[in-house]
Amino acid sequence: MAETRTIEMEVLRYHPESDSAPRFQSYQVPFTPDMSVLQGLQYIKDHLDGSLTFRWSCRMAICGSCGHMVNGVPQLSCHTFLRDYFPAKVRVEPLNHFPILRDLAIDQTDFLTKLESIKPYIIPAEDKPVESGEFLQTPAQLDRFYQFSQCINCLLCYAACPQYGLNSDFIGPGAMALLHRYNADSRDGGRAERMPLVNEEEGVWSCTLVGYCSEVCPKGVNPANAVNQNKVNSALDYFFRFLMPKGGTR
Amino acid sequence: MTRKRSNAPVFWALFGAGGALAALLGPVLVFITGIVTPVGIWMPQSALSYDRLLAFSQHWAGKAALFVIVSLFFWHAAHRILHSLHDVGIHIHAGMAAKLLCYGSALLGTVIAAAALLAIGF
Ligand code: SF4
Ligand code: FES
Repeated sequence: MAETRTIEMEVLRYHPESDSAPRFQSYQVPFTPDMSVLQGLQYIKDHLDGSLTFRWSCRMAICGSCGHMVNGVPQLSCHTFLRDYFPAKVRVEPLNHFPILRDLAIDQTDFLTKLESIKPYIIPAEDKPVESGEFLQTPAQLDRFYQFSQCINCLLCYAACPQYGLNSDFIGPGAMALLHRYNADSRDGGRAERMPLVNEEEGVWSCTLVGYCSEVCPKGVNPANAVNQNKVNSALDYFFRFLMPKGGTR
Repeated sequence: MTRKRSNAPVFWALFGAGGALAALLGPVLVFITGIVTPVGIWMPQSALSYDRLLAFSQHWAGKAALFVIVSLFFWHAAHRILHSLHDVGIHIHAGMAAKLLCYGSALLGTVIAAAALLAIGF
């Protein structure tokens, strides 16, 4: 039997219909060494307070829905363990920089709109009938976009980004990483459609290369790198747009 | 939806060029002009004498080097200061003023450097 200890979990609560402002509530949560912060929240919901609201699904760092501020750091709560905070208390808050819908659940509308705007799908460079077989890609071509395709839309990077916090019009690290994932794919021909988003002030140019986004990403994506590769792309596009035969953006 | 292209690449390119130069040359310039030569440890103090520096800045290559270093350092600093002001929240009410002040001083520094180098003659 694994040893059971008790940790204090301090959770941000906000029910817009009855609370005038968010507040903290503390719970005493028994835990075993294998229990994640998410399991702590589930314990609270199942045994202590059924009104606590938070999102989760996979419990294995794949779905991207359980992101919270854990002691002030953006984390997947299924990927963060209570044992690492004990004997101190652990404080769980909704992700920074997003409006709170209820307790720990944030409103992701802003990100979802941005995600849609970057056309996160391959726009084929050439029309190729199914009979002519698959598109081939070399390992080097795969390398160019592979890490960026690992993004799970968890929004930890948005909670980490001070520029997104100052001005949420900024397209942000995650959407730019995904935009780059498609632009950098040899099968894709959608670059000209996506460049106007990169070139805006609210595109790559709101970034001041803080780099915290890449530090908190749980999937090893380096969104800061995607943004900075696209500063170069945008600058080239700016200075050489009149020389480009086609595909240059005005 | 029409998307407005930012003019940031112009300033970013100047910032980047200035940053690369500052990183490569800044410390060694401070070391040579500020420490080694005035103290006269490895280099004679006369290495930076008025006559030598005048001759240096009258030569076209010397002029070019001085102009590039002075102006690009200015643009680098202006951009960095502007973004730091933004980080502490100064963009909100005074964004345009901060921009004019930062990039304006860089432009002024560039013009003064050019004018002074030309005034020294060839
Ligand atoms: S880039 Fe990383 S931190 Fe950002 S949304 Fe994607 S997986 Fe999450
Ligand atoms: S529950 Fe799916 S990532 Fe944590």
